[in-house]
Amino acid sequence: MTTTPIARASQARSLGRMLVVRVLGTIGILLVLSIIVFSMLHLAPGDIVKNLLGNRASSPEAIAAIRAQYNLDQPLYMQYLIWLGNTLTGDFGQSIRLQDSVSNVIGSRLGITAALSGLAFLLAVIVAVPLGVQSAVRSGSWIDRFATGFGIVGLSAPTFAVGLLLLYTFAFYLPIFPVYGSGDGGLDTLWHLILPAITLALGLGAIILKLTRTAMLRELESDYVTFGRARGLPDRQVHLIALRNAAIPIVTGASLVLTFLVGGTVLAETTFALPGLGTLLQGSVLFKDIAVVQALTLLVAVTIAIIALLADLAYIFLDPRIRAKESAQ
Amino acid sequence: MTETSMTNVPASGDGLGSGIDSTAQVAVTGLTIDGPAGVVVAPFDFSIAPGETLALIGESGSGKTLSAKAIAGLLPAGFTARGTIELASATIELPATDAVWRATRGRRISLLLQDPFTSLSPVHRCGTQIGMTIDAASATRLSREERTARITQSLAEVNLPADVARAYPHELSGGMRQRVAIAAALATDPELLIADEPTTALDASNQGEILDLLRGLQEKRGMAALLISHDLGMVRGRAEHVLVMRHGEIVERGVTSSVLNAPSHPYTRALIEADPSLTDRSAGVVRMASGVGMTAAVADADSAIGDLVTATDITKSFGDKTVLHGVSVTVGRGETVGIVGESGSGKTTIARCIAGLEHETSGVIEFDGVALAAGRASRTPKQMQIVFQDPYSSLNPMISVGRSLKLALRVAGRPASDLNGLLQLVELPTDFASKRPAELSGGQRQRVAIARALAVQPELLICDESVSALDVSVQKQILDLLAKLRVELGLSILFISHDLAVVRQLADRVYVLRYGEVVESGQCHDVLNAPTHPYTQALVAASIHEAPTH
Repeated sequence: MTTTPIARASQARSLGRMLVVRVLGTIGILLVLSIIVFSMLHLAPGDIVKNLLGNRASSPEAIAAIRAQYNLDQPLYMQYLIWLGNTLTGDFGQSIRLQDSVSNVIGSRLGITAALSGLAFLLAVIVAVPLGVQSAVRSGSWIDRFATGFGIVGLSAPTFAVGLLLLYTFAFYLPIFPVYGSGDGGLDTLWHLILPAITLALGLGAIILKLTRTAMLRELESDYVTFGRARGLPDRQVHLIALRNAAIPIVTGASLVLTFLVGGTVLAETTFALPGLGTLLQGSVLFKDIAVVQALTLLVAVTIAIIALLADLAYIFLDPRIRAKESAQ
Repeated sequence: MTETSMTNVPASGDGLGSGIDSTAQVAVTGLTIDGPAGVVVAPFDFSIAPGETLALIGESGSGKTLSAKAIAGLLPAGFTARGTIELASATIELPATDAVWRATRGRRISLLLQDPFTSLSPVHRCGTQIGMTIDAASATRLSREERTARITQSLAEVNLPADVARAYPHELSGGMRQRVAIAAALATDPELLIADEPTTALDASNQGEILDLLRGLQEKRGMAALLISHDLGMVRGRAEHVLVMRHGEIVERGVTSSVLNAPSHPYTRALIEADPSLTDRSAGVVRMASGVGMTAAVADADSAIGDLVTATDITKSFGDKTVLHGVSVTVGRGETVGIVGESGSGKTTIARCIAGLEHETSGVIEFDGVALAAGRASRTPKQMQIVFQDPYSSLNPMISVGRSLKLALRVAGRPASDLNGLLQLVELPTDFASKRPAELSGGQRQRVAIARALAVQPELLICDESVSALDVSVQKQILDLLAKLRVELGLSILFISHDLAVVRQLADRVYVLRYGEVVESGQCHDVLNAPTHPYTQALVAASIHEAPTH
């Protein structure tokens, strides 16, 4: 049956309701995660006060100050609520290692990591999706064999090894790119980020390539592709129709690898000595800088939850059948 | 109508047996298809006059679909075609290059596929898909308004309202989707339309409509059509000439009515006999021959003993969509009950409620006088088993037939040594135990699915469109098997089908379902011979239309 304007309006309403449900669900998951993150303070081995003092002198005054700052005299649930309240207002406490507020510490490094992840993801998608499509369309050709080989290398080569190899080749022997650091902002920073982004993009791209190729091969087998060709549509258009259908599994896969990327930046940042969140996390864990670790864990969790939410919304956008099913419930 | 040169004699294998009519719109000579293991379709010729239809009949695997794809230049990898296609505007020597096909497909030859549920892209609006064909065929870039006007016009030609353009395929019924596909295929005004089983996936009442629509469009445009079908009954009155293909060879050709009334080749005769819509009207001979007629009497006597399953006032809603409105169905002991309806009528939902695969919203299902709670947990395997439509997906492809059946036997607490007996029961050789589903034909797989259901010795067998995916001759074999099993095992069968002709062969009583309500029920014979509800009358009329008037 064709949808009438009334049916469309009620569909839009129920879509809105479903959106609200999804967002509320994400918030619920984040609340549960916040409890886990909060309990990191108490679960970390050793005495809480000693952990929080770090390498500061442990005078009775310092201990009293710490107990007051972290409300350690309060019951556990009050400690959590106060911590949650502070967190929600952007106050993550003090970094013991860097003697600065956690929000400042993270804020100053977020840009680099975000730029690096974004650039890596962009590179991976721009190269891997067209390559995957071509390798599916010309299955068995040299381009397919090249793509498959590229996929195997990308998947199996460890990030730090690729990073070192790129450094040797394109910064040492052929001094095109800088060896380390994040540059002086703007284009210079972008220039500094290219090698680490390629390093990260290789693994990512390999996965997206495989996903695209598999999804496209399946879609190209389908009847609507045959029917498209049978009624004289140009190849390019037929491939676009197939890609539009393959987009659903590709987006799922891409969102999964994007979450993997969030953790993967540690290795790339270490190899290229970039002052991003990855190196910060590494240093903070080694130093038991609990406030920073808590904040970073929460940040990663929020990022992953948002990506998952966006992927869910992308399905609804990409597949009218899911849209219909969702709004029927 | 001009008489073409095709005569009612089997084609000679060399493909030179029939000349080409000079008035033909389409003439194909020496069409041969080579596969990886040699010739799969032997050389044959045909010609079609403007506005006329040639039917190519054969069962799956006969080479008819490959022939269709060869003419559209869409053969799968590993297959090549030889021969010549002469159209009014061009001559194509096979094998042709991609460039030749690009200029041919759509503009000169268009191919309509079997399944309207898969032949349209699910994520593009119907109007967009028709628009793509229009764009592909037009030399100049069309403006938005022009394209919209052309799309509306294309939809109007297939009797669809303009707002269908905004709909996605899943929002349309099967018949409407196939109309959209026809609009898309014909938007370029081709000289030849190849329709590959265009109605097989549709319900009975839609089938005739779609074929008549095609016929009308064809006459209007003077377009030649090649209609590929496994269904001889379907082509009566809808094709001037017919070719019968078997194992890649044309075994019979001629004017449709003379082939149907006086088939000269044994295979054609077998096809006609196997076709339920063609034979059953000849005084129920098939029923008697298959033993069903006899058991109907037995079942009548048995039904006095009592009802095995009674479903009373079943309602089922999905969200705010109600698909069953108080449906009541009874199956007596040893009785075979048919439920007939189109897709969306709720016939599968009622079967799934009885099987416990869906939770009914309200109503009572009793088995042997005991009320069953909704859901699978309240039922035992010995009470009922279900055989699904598609034997290709209902069997695990990774494990052998023997292992599948042994698993089922173990559920029933029967020894694995019963395996051979089980295979014999469904008339399969015992060495099939070591085969995997991929090695079996559709009919053989469905036998395995039936054997698996019978392994637990259920009292009720639910067959949900269990023969719909099969060729007619195989369909008949499976129906005969069910009839035999019913007598031997005293089974009760609930038989769900969209096909009146199939239900007629097996069922004692029948329920006709429409929009989730029983519109008519009663003894199969009475309902089908003297339907009282207008919908049943329309269904019966639609199925008779396919049958010859003896």
